[in-house]
Amino acid sequence: MQESEAGVDDSWDLVIKPKKSWYSLDLKSIWNYRDLLVLFVRRDFVSVFKQTILGPLWFVIQPLFTTLIYTIVFGNLANLATDGIPQPVFYLSGVILWNYFSECLMKTSETFIVNQALFGKVYFPRLIVPISIVMSNFLKFGVQLILFAIIYFYFTFNGGVSPNLYILLLPVLVIIMAGLGLALGLIVSSLTTKYKDLRFLVQFGVQLAMYASPIVYPLSLVPDKYKMLLILNPATGVIETFRFALFSAGEFNLFAFSYSCFSMIALLLIGIVIFNRMEKSFIDTV
Amino acid sequence: MTETVLKLENVSKQYRLGQIGTGTLSHDLNRWWASVRGKDDPYAKVGVENDRSKATNDNYVWALKDVNLDVKQGEILGVIGKNGAGKSTLLKLLSQVTQPSTGSIKVRGRIASLLEVGTGFHPELTGKENIFLNGAILGMTKREIHSKLEEIVDFAGVAKYLDTPTKRYSSGMTVRLGFAIAAHLEPEILVVDEVLAVGDAEFQRKAIGKMQDVSRQGGRTVLFVSHNMSSIRTLCEKVVMLNNGTVHKIGEPAEVISEYLSVNRGESQNVTLEIPNDLSTYGNGEAKFKSVLLINSINSPTRKLFFCENFTLRIKLNVFRYLENVIVNIFILNAYGEKIVTYSSGKNFQSMAIEEGSKLIEVGCNESLIPGEYSLCLLIAYHNTGNSIDYVESVYSFEVLKDSRNGTFDYPWVTRNGIVYSDQIIKISQVWN
Repeated sequence: MQESEAGVDDSWDLVIKPKKSWYSLDLKSIWNYRDLLVLFVRRDFVSVFKQTILGPLWFVIQPLFTTLIYTIVFGNLANLATDGIPQPVFYLSGVILWNYFSECLMKTSETFIVNQALFGKVYFPRLIVPISIVMSNFLKFGVQLILFAIIYFYFTFNGGVSPNLYILLLPVLVIIMAGLGLALGLIVSSLTTKYKDLRFLVQFGVQLAMYASPIVYPLSLVPDKYKMLLILNPATGVIETFRFALFSAGEFNLFAFSYSCFSMIALLLIGIVIFNRMEKSFIDTV
Repeated sequence: MTETVLKLENVSKQYRLGQIGTGTLSHDLNRWWASVRGKDDPYAKVGVENDRSKATNDNYVWALKDVNLDVKQGEILGVIGKNGAGKSTLLKLLSQVTQPSTGSIKVRGRIASLLEVGTGFHPELTGKENIFLNGAILGMTKREIHSKLEEIVDFAGVAKYLDTPTKRYSSGMTVRLGFAIAAHLEPEILVVDEVLAVGDAEFQRKAIGKMQDVSRQGGRTVLFVSHNMSSIRTLCEKVVMLNNGTVHKIGEPAEVISEYLSVNRGESQNVTLEIPNDLSTYGNGEAKFKSVLLINSINSPTRKLFFCENFTLRIKLNVFRYLENVIVNIFILNAYGEKIVTYSSGKNFQSMAIEEGSKLIEVGCNESLIPGEYSLCLLIAYHNTGNSIDYVESVYSFEVLKDSRNGTFDYPWVTRNGIVYSDQIIKISQVWN
């Protein structure tokens, strides 16, 4: 199990000792708890709709109205360009991707604080919780993607938008977005066990970060001297590629895309290391 | 059956006192840098091994210190100790919630701990959904839970409410369900912490029976933590008493429990009370009560008496001049300050004379007081006038416990019936007319 280390008398199934190595990711124990993972996802997904009339429709209503407001405010009042993409699909594509990212980040960042009582009583690989959050949010994202697909198909037939081969990257883009949310969430959740300040920072930080990503405006609208700055935000590459693949508008920036990929992997590794480190002693410091 | 399934070797756990996260900004930044590198907090020092040599200040406390324990397969081990003795820390270490600072815990098989009421239950989910969720949290696979579902529901007695959200459950139902899940988990080692206190009498009996089954037929090991001595006594074959983070005593239940009741609880009070001068309510100074000591039936000084235990009061009295025509009375007061027993120095309250000097007053008491709190009232007075020479009101509080020295009795109403218990037995015989 989790704690067993090399060189330990094999006749024991489990040896609990002070931990010294600071990196140990036991994928096997996570696999052993896969049923729990599924149940957590189910719990998160199902419990939201208990005692609601509209149920999963709420997943759709929220991005729909957000898109409506963005279309009015940014599209018509502020008159921001959209690379020639019909405004509803332009904003909706950004909104659902960003929502997926921010939900993953916010929920994951509260892992330790929300589950304090449970974590304080029983052991299971703590990483199960963040993973389940990402997965249940993926379901939510899936529902929103269906909504997007419907509107998208309407515009492909009526508005002249067309996809290109880059559409094959779509799963990768979703994974990067989820990975980024998870990675940052893991880092924040580990640090919030001691510094509760970070919770507040994350709450409005995510909102502000949206404006530092090309959600309500295309990258092409940004002056060249600031473009590089914006590409440093790993979300930029994902959103731009997503739009390029679906609308054949704007450009595919290979550097931005690979930068997003790379930073997702790097952040995720850092996140897992810190999280694993923290889960051992968080109950003493939280 | 005698295989060791759980072995604790020199297990210690250190906590830092005070608030973590306070200090100067430079400390915080240092901490931050350390945690970014994946190191532990350099100031909290929780879980750092070389602390022992360094921990010279008082900022650290050992919640557990060098605990060694061997638990055999099929054993039901009771864990007792007053609050802060280290019971919860021990359980936390066993359930891998936190890590020991030093030492190691070796386990054969699976450990499952019984969760506190409702932990892990999602209030919006139905009973059935929660059974699966909670079972999985405890480490069961879906298939295992499926095969046990009927048994669990049966044991908890919630068949009717299976499709109702658990937020509508009564607290008793929640506990029953929680216990049922853990008890059917079939872990090699089951850790049970104070959960029985919540259920009703019937459930408690059922739960204790289940634990006995688990250990006897299943050959599984149970660690049972409780403040309820009578459940410990019924259930456990061996009891370990923790005190200040160390193993104070381990052995037969009766032995360890009586140690716990008589020594541990009373340690905050000195068994001998030196009576301060200002405690006398009245008195002319011709004599003074000096000290009080209570001795139980096995000749050790204590402030805790078992129910129906004979005891002796030893009181020191300083007499400063020859006193004539006086009487010494000792009273036992109940919690309401009523004098319920009177001991006197003279038969039928006859008067006596006392020489000058230090006197020892001894009273052998065989009144069986109903369990509760008591105190003493001491009086030396002139027999004829009734004027007090020294009068000390309500000193030396002591307690009569609900347990008797030789075994337990299951009579919950004992504290509500009367003041003094007589060992005269009521005879009941058939009347033929």
